[in-house]
Amino acid sequence: MIKRSFFKSKYLPYLLIFPQILVTLTFFYWPAVQGLAQSFFLSDPFGRQSKFVWFYNYIELFTDPLYLKSIFTTFAFSLAVAAVSLSLGLFIASMANRALRAKALVRTMLIWPYAVAPAISGIMWLFLLHPSYGIVALGIKEWIGVDWNPVLYGSDAMVMIVMASAWKQISYNFVFFMAGMQAIPKSLIEAAAIDGASPFKRFWFITFPLLSPTFFFLTVMNIIYSFFETFGIIHTVTQGGPGGSTNILVYKVYQDGFVGLNLGSSAAQSVVLMSLIIVITFLQFRFLEKKVQYGG
Amino acid sequence: MKLSKLFVFLIIAVCLVFPASVFAKPITINWWHAMRSARGEVVKNMINEFNASQSEYEVVGTNKGNYDETMNAGVAAFRAKKQPHLLQVFEVGTQTMMLSGAIYPVFELMKDAGIDVDWSRYLQAVLSYYMNADGNLMSMPFNSSTPIMYYNADMFKKAGIAPLSKSEPITWDELGEITKKLVEAKIAPTGMVTAWQSWTQIENYSAIHNIAFASKANGYEGLDCQLLINNPQVVKHITRLKSWADDNRFMYGGQKYQGPKSEFMAQNAAFYIDSISGIAKLKKGVKDFKWDAAPLPVEAGTKKLQNSIIGGASLWVLTGHSKEEYKGVAAFLRFLAGNEMQEYWHKETGYFPITIDAYESLKSKGYYKTDPLQEVGISQLNRAIPTKISRGLRLGYFVQIRNIINEELELVWSGKKSPQEALDNAAARSNIQLRTFEKTYE
Repeated sequence: MIKRSFFKSKYLPYLLIFPQILVTLTFFYWPAVQGLAQSFFLSDPFGRQSKFVWFYNYIELFTDPLYLKSIFTTFAFSLAVAAVSLSLGLFIASMANRALRAKALVRTMLIWPYAVAPAISGIMWLFLLHPSYGIVALGIKEWIGVDWNPVLYGSDAMVMIVMASAWKQISYNFVFFMAGMQAIPKSLIEAAAIDGASPFKRFWFITFPLLSPTFFFLTVMNIIYSFFETFGIIHTVTQGGPGGSTNILVYKVYQDGFVGLNLGSSAAQSVVLMSLIIVITFLQFRFLEKKVQYGG
Repeated sequence: MKLSKLFVFLIIAVCLVFPASVFAKPITINWWHAMRSARGEVVKNMINEFNASQSEYEVVGTNKGNYDETMNAGVAAFRAKKQPHLLQVFEVGTQTMMLSGAIYPVFELMKDAGIDVDWSRYLQAVLSYYMNADGNLMSMPFNSSTPIMYYNADMFKKAGIAPLSKSEPITWDELGEITKKLVEAKIAPTGMVTAWQSWTQIENYSAIHNIAFASKANGYEGLDCQLLINNPQVVKHITRLKSWADDNRFMYGGQKYQGPKSEFMAQNAAFYIDSISGIAKLKKGVKDFKWDAAPLPVEAGTKKLQNSIIGGASLWVLTGHSKEEYKGVAAFLRFLAGNEMQEYWHKETGYFPITIDAYESLKSKGYYKTDPLQEVGISQLNRAIPTKISRGLRLGYFVQIRNIINEELELVWSGKKSPQEALDNAAARSNIQLRTFEKTYE
């Protein structure tokens, strides 16, 4: 029997959640509403001219083939980042979970990359893969014979930023998968082993289904990460180039709004970005979550 | 007791003898700028000089980050009615500032403050970038540069090629022959690299050959201008560069200066086109080979060569302050334009001195004999009186337009688009930006 406390006062709960509501309203809703309003205006940065233009900013956006391309680029990028970092994170976690000696050491070492700021991660990968001075890039050109040049070729640049973004996120995924695996009762796996299930079957039919809540949570987090937090990597490595091939939505918002001072268009892009994330998250909860088993 | 009475008496006497203004606090003038590290130190010294030279005003300089951040800080401050007196804004923000309604034009400021300035004694190609269509100066030029061409003198020696002239430009065809020789003899891995491709290969190329970049006198005469960069001459130039890219006479090293500069410093390219601010960087960074500089190449058979155009930033005076404060701003701007400050600025940073007097004073002191590299840019900038087409560019959303040009050029270099296709597309996309800008201000 769980003990519950009851409060007589009707107002106390409201009082208790008031600070949280205040913070949410000021820092989340107010800017969001302002952004929404701004997207219907054409205005100069100094705020002296402001014209209500209905959906002009949105029409301009969706009739611009490059904006549609940027949406496609964003999806391709975030799917690639999520796929790479989730699969490698899971792989490393299941390996580390089996390691008996030096388990703590391995775990600690694998968590480190998460502490690296995205911008620094970007610079490090640039040092490895820059066509002129990158050690790995020189190796690729020398031994594999590929004309590797992310400064010139869009697909190479995309590969580079996917690697830089996924690398950082692998650690994050690893931590959660590791924790999830340790929560799985040993007896289940041992029972399966006695029944003669191979390590792969044990993973696929026992560990993986029991990890599904973690997997679901991480998918959402990784998509959001690749939509927004990879900004630092793009900014230091490619600046959206070459030829706009790595210009993901959040970078375009920054380019047009902060650097280019086109506030209306930038606001409209933010609204589109926000809606996309809401839709994606909703779809994930609606369809993916049904397959998730929470109970043990 | 007696002593303290005497003391009080003395204080009263002092107050009576000296006018109150001596003890009044000096009027503060705020200047937000984007100059950091070595340049930031130079700016600090200039401000200290001004503050020490008089007691009425005190200039306070604040670094607000890079150009984008400084402009955004100014915008945010203006909206909150806490704007500084002076704001440094990069050249591409000129149109936005001019139309903002938030500025006090410099020519008016000087007139109202009773300071008579002989604008004809300034470098015209610098002033013209910041003038309105009527030829009145809107903002005070501060740091201005222009692109020149650096080359690896050791490679020249090895190939037996005579060094280039510092005042007479070679032609693009000659550059093609030299790079061919160097690449074929395997003296240089690639021929040339260029920084800031839109600025050096399209904007400056157009100005030097007096080709319109945009209609309406490059946008000076109306917001309803169109980009004209898909003209036959520019297309031909880009086509040539693309053919050079195919046989290693040209190599694409990135949009900004870092990539191309490191290729030149690693001796991966024999030529490197970049702003005159590259002089200081190369002096500091290059240790293992000799290099030199020459004016930008030109087309053979051009009847009259025009000036190149500038890049950099200028100082805008913002509205909303008192008359006394503006007097101080005017005094400070005049102080900055003085010979002493301009010579110091030019020597320390490599940016142009903005007055002819400062240039001639340096010349008479023999500065350009000991440092001839510094004169390459100035003589290229001063070789003709700017025409309506070579005086500068006045475009809304210029940041976006440069991005578009960069993107489209990259598609040319990687072989995804033909030069004609890419430049047509760049013009069409830029025109959409220009129409949105026009609609905002109509």
